[in-house]
Amino acid sequence: MLLSALISGVGLGSMYGLMALGFYLTYAVSGTVNFAQGSSMMLGAVLTFTFAQTLGWHLLPAILLALALCALYGLLVEFVAVRPFVSRGSDAWLMATVALGIVLDNLVMYAFGKEPRSLPSPLAVNPLEVGGAGLGVYPLQVLIPLVGLALAALLHTVSRRTRWGTAMLAVTQNRDAARLMGIPIRRTIAVAFALSTLLAGVAGVLIAPLFNVHSDMGTLFGLKAFAVAILGGITSAWGVMIAGLLFGIGEALITATLGSSYTQILMFALVIAVLAARPNGLFGRAQVRKV
Amino acid sequence: MNMTRRTFIAAATAVASFSLLAPVQAAEPIKIGLVAALSGQSALSGEAITRGLTIAIDEINASGGLLGGRKLELVRRDDESNPAKGVVAARELIFREKVTVLFGGLDTPVSLAIVPLANQEKVPFMGAWAAGTPITKNGAEPNFVFRVSAVDEIVNQAMLDYAQKTFNGSKFGMILVNNPWGESNEKGLRAALQEKGLAPVGVEKFEGNDVDVVPQLSRLKAAGADTLFMVGNVGPSAQVVKSLDRMGWKVPIVSHWGPAGGRFTELAGPSAKDVHFVQTYSFFGKQSAVGEKVIKAMMTRYPDVKGPENITPAVGVANAYDGMQLAARAIAKAGSTDGDAVRKAFYDIDEHVGLIKTYRKPFAPGVHDAVTKDDYVWARFIDNRILPVSLGE
Repeated sequence: MLLSALISGVGLGSMYGLMALGFYLTYAVSGTVNFAQGSSMMLGAVLTFTFAQTLGWHLLPAILLALALCALYGLLVEFVAVRPFVSRGSDAWLMATVALGIVLDNLVMYAFGKEPRSLPSPLAVNPLEVGGAGLGVYPLQVLIPLVGLALAALLHTVSRRTRWGTAMLAVTQNRDAARLMGIPIRRTIAVAFALSTLLAGVAGVLIAPLFNVHSDMGTLFGLKAFAVAILGGITSAWGVMIAGLLFGIGEALITATLGSSYTQILMFALVIAVLAARPNGLFGRAQVRKV
Repeated sequence: MNMTRRTFIAAATAVASFSLLAPVQAAEPIKIGLVAALSGQSALSGEAITRGLTIAIDEINASGGLLGGRKLELVRRDDESNPAKGVVAARELIFREKVTVLFGGLDTPVSLAIVPLANQEKVPFMGAWAAGTPITKNGAEPNFVFRVSAVDEIVNQAMLDYAQKTFNGSKFGMILVNNPWGESNEKGLRAALQEKGLAPVGVEKFEGNDVDVVPQLSRLKAAGADTLFMVGNVGPSAQVVKSLDRMGWKVPIVSHWGPAGGRFTELAGPSAKDVHFVQTYSFFGKQSAVGEKVIKAMMTRYPDVKGPENITPAVGVANAYDGMQLAARAIAKAGSTDGDAVRKAFYDIDEHVGLIKTYRKPFAPGVHDAVTKDDYVWARFIDNRILPVSLGE
């Protein structure tokens, strides 16, 4: 029982991690985030459902187009809800991203309907067995953390080894110097937002077969992912991924041992306790303020 | 506006002919109000209630109406599943539309919010869906709230009886959604068990948004549960069934009517059919004369209804139909549309051959629920149809 709780916790944890990576990405290059990451996740799941189930496409093109549209939505978020405010030195992007998420949720509710739907996956039909004993998990649940970690690793490599990655890092380190070096800051930030919603979309597509697809499926996930991002220290990619896993495992273990009435209370209390002890998160570094 | 002589004459003629016609028309209609979810997630429930009421009203009007030829007229307002909006809508129907009887919809919180208003303004309020026990047991004296639907408290007793009879269950585990509805059912189930000198082996809550219910279910399994009581809406219920599948635990599930509210088979997968849940009526299987009549009327009135499979959710249609017929009897017996007279007349209904059953003295002071434990139908999903368990596969 603990084993299946653990696997399921790792799976959910890597979902949180993926979405939190999205927070990390945009925060690193621009100091802003899309607070409505939950809506981006929902968008990935709803679009995949629409293409694969309603229109009857093959699953692979359905997922690819859904993710592409998620990335496009990220560009929209940056263009509509972040750039106009940041360029005027306002913090209103905070509210604007939340508002845009609510608009998206309600648009989807209107277009997709409020009835929860199910996205079947060949990887979530027969539970895994080891030596005849059911583990209580689907292959998909094992795949989820693998995809999560692979994406984190990919992100890490891209940011270290490619021109785009180094450009991003440069923007993170010193925006003015980066601009002087001819790095297109605006475009870099826009790409970061696109990647961020793309990651959330991946989380949505992966979780959909285990869950129900509906317009507010992402709300709680988005909230937890933000807690995870802060917990990990929003400035470290591996930090947020590991924090995500820890959060997921913690949730599963508390539910398995104490019961789910205690899960949210204890988990969020733990987050507060950790942040009180380490204000920059588990793996974050304090920002150096130059005066 | 320039009014030419010709338009003036035309208008005058129209007004004149209208006022000439008016006295010829029947007496003032008796208005029947409905406050239910007509939009959003539960819109289907509001539509089902509307259809049930409409079929009953058509029938009554066709046979000459009530109180010497006055026709019934349905006035609907959307509560959007929001208690505050429900109260505003109920106020409007009571004060402006002056409805004689007010019908309620699916959401217990909305109905609970309307109950005090109905009692204060002395307008009979008929529940057609919401099952919350305190809707009718509201402590008001006199009590203007009646109901033709399932009642949580009674459903809980019926769930226990059914689990014992059908599955020979003796060790009961509860898996309940973590909200007021789950809470009230925990209370009701515990009370029902206690009455028989039993106690649950485990009580587990889960969140409506939980992806994985395996941990909770594993605890119930470890506690030795041989039958599960499940309370949750369609999405959460599906999560329970999927988690059971993943665990490979085949355990009988006796459920409240949550699964009936959506695409349960699609959401829960092949094991959906193993969940037995409560209903007040099913249009499948052998029908009474009233059942045949209602199905026929539904097919004539609504082109999208091709048969019983399109009369859905069945409970909304059936409850509303019987509720309207009973209310009509009460109005006829009262001989007026006065709220208090109609309330008292509900107690005077002796026998009424309805859709759900033949009602014999359905209401009395202290008894405001017409549907009782023995009237429930146990059903399950076979594909996308809710079939009585007795019909087999």
